[in-house]
Amino acid sequence: MSSPPSTPSVIATILAKDLRVELRTLQSVPAMVLFSTTIYVVFRFGLDRTRLAGSLAAGVLLVTILFAALLAVNRLFVAEREQGGFEAVRLAPVDGTALFFAKAGALVVYLVALEIVALPVFWLFFLDSGEGLLPLLPVLLLLDVGLAVTGALISPIATNSTARDLIGPLILLPLLVPPMIAASAAGQRLLAGPGPDYDRYGTWLGILGLYDLIFLLIGWAVFDFLLED
Amino acid sequence: MNLSLRVLAFATAALIGVGFALVFFYVPNEADQGFIQKIFYLHVPLAIIALGGFIVGGIHAIRHLRSGDPVHDARSYVSIHTSVIFGVAVLITGAIWAKASWGRWWVWDEPTLVSFLIVFLLYATYYPLRYAIPDRERQARYASVFAITAGAFVPLNFMAVRAAQSLVHPRTFATADGGLTGEMWLTFLVCFAGMAALWWLLVRFELTAKRTSGQVSRLRRALDADPSLPGTGVAARIAPGTSR
Amino acid sequence: MLLAATPALPLDEAGKYVAAAYIVFVLLLLIYVGLMAAKLARISRDLEELADLAESRAEPAPAREEVRA
Repeated sequence: MSSPPSTPSVIATILAKDLRVELRTLQSVPAMVLFSTTIYVVFRFGLDRTRLAGSLAAGVLLVTILFAALLAVNRLFVAEREQGGFEAVRLAPVDGTALFFAKAGALVVYLVALEIVALPVFWLFFLDSGEGLLPLLPVLLLLDVGLAVTGALISPIATNSTARDLIGPLILLPLLVPPMIAASAAGQRLLAGPGPDYDRYGTWLGILGLYDLIFLLIGWAVFDFLLED
Repeated sequence: MNLSLRVLAFATAALIGVGFALVFFYVPNEADQGFIQKIFYLHVPLAIIALGGFIVGGIHAIRHLRSGDPVHDARSYVSIHTSVIFGVAVLITGAIWAKASWGRWWVWDEPTLVSFLIVFLLYATYYPLRYAIPDRERQARYASVFAITAGAFVPLNFMAVRAAQSLVHPRTFATADGGLTGEMWLTFLVCFAGMAALWWLLVRFELTAKRTSGQVSRLRRALDADPSLPGTGVAARIAPGTSR
Repeated sequence: MLLAATPALPLDEAGKYVAAAYIVFVLLLLIYVGLMAAKLARISRDLEELADLAESRAEPAPAREEVRA
């Protein structure tokens, strides 16, 4: 009678479900926000600085976002593992990659939510001028997509292994070096002391975009194999 | 090409022998770096072959996922494993080259070396990944997913690191795109062929060892399977838990 | 372009580093060969014991008769 649901609608459904659960349980985002604020404090003392600019500013900001993302990635598929979500997707007449896109989407939302708080706090703590932050936004958005897509690909591997919390970050960090390089290069120029420097702005966005695209394609191609029993 | 191991081993020895002879007795010193540059004939082929080996591992992984045949998984694992070993050699010889040229054991100025380090760190996680998944089939499948992802990552990584290099720092090491003379090219190619043969030889060797190990396990299981015969269970004490 | 950057080391100094690099390569190769040899030795040993086991099962009764006699 009814044909199997279309993949976009499955993605939307799973994504909506995840966001609803997150809103209700507040498992990930508040922890990420708190975590990032505390890391800022640690950096303040670790670097012995109260004002940051250029590469130091970019480094602190991006490393903080990166580590907060790792937190979220670690718990991304826990519910699926514990409550049979993997089996459900496997048995249902839906494309398994819908789960991949939905989870990546959820991660992007969490990261954006994080940055809505973490960026102003960063500005408050460390920056002399918020000028560079606006052109930084597209960079951060592309970085978030990269973090989310790679995280959604590696997370099921980690969740289904015995060294759960270790394996995820271990595999993820080298994979995330290219987008981090590009984001840092853009960030250090945009947050430079005298004023935002747009040197090769397009190149950094290009690298981030290319990375996102390639990993989206890889995830789309191989995710199904992660769902198999 | 199904060369026997013996032929391959002989060819490898010959190529490497001739290659090293060319390095030390034939090719002239490079004008800029002098004698140090001779490390180039060792370091660069190792690096290129290692990276190629990672890509080969990814290709075997694709075939594994498509067919489910564990043979491809074995080939993928051994390819990556051998390339990681080559990678260790790359990093050590690169450090020696850096020390000789710049006085420091590690330099961040050379984008190729830095990219290679990142790739190496990534593939080093291949082992903890495999050990963390006890179920054989799932382990193989996840490892294949990793090998494919990592294989696609390699070119991306080199591009990103290269782009991030400040244009102020010149490339410090003369490589193949510098001005290589004909003699240097010949020496390089022979060494390259030798390292490629070595890689292939080590991969074939290890695959054979794995296959033989597997057959010993099968034999052990078969001998233990018949309960009516005396000495059951003895076989299990021989060769317990063969290699993974 | 990088003529000024690289130091011109005296030959014996440079020679040490080049030698070190090539020696490291050979050492790694030898370590690999050693490990593989050990693995092969283990497989050999296991096979021999399994062969003994198989042979002892092939003719258990006559052997025991002989021993008793």
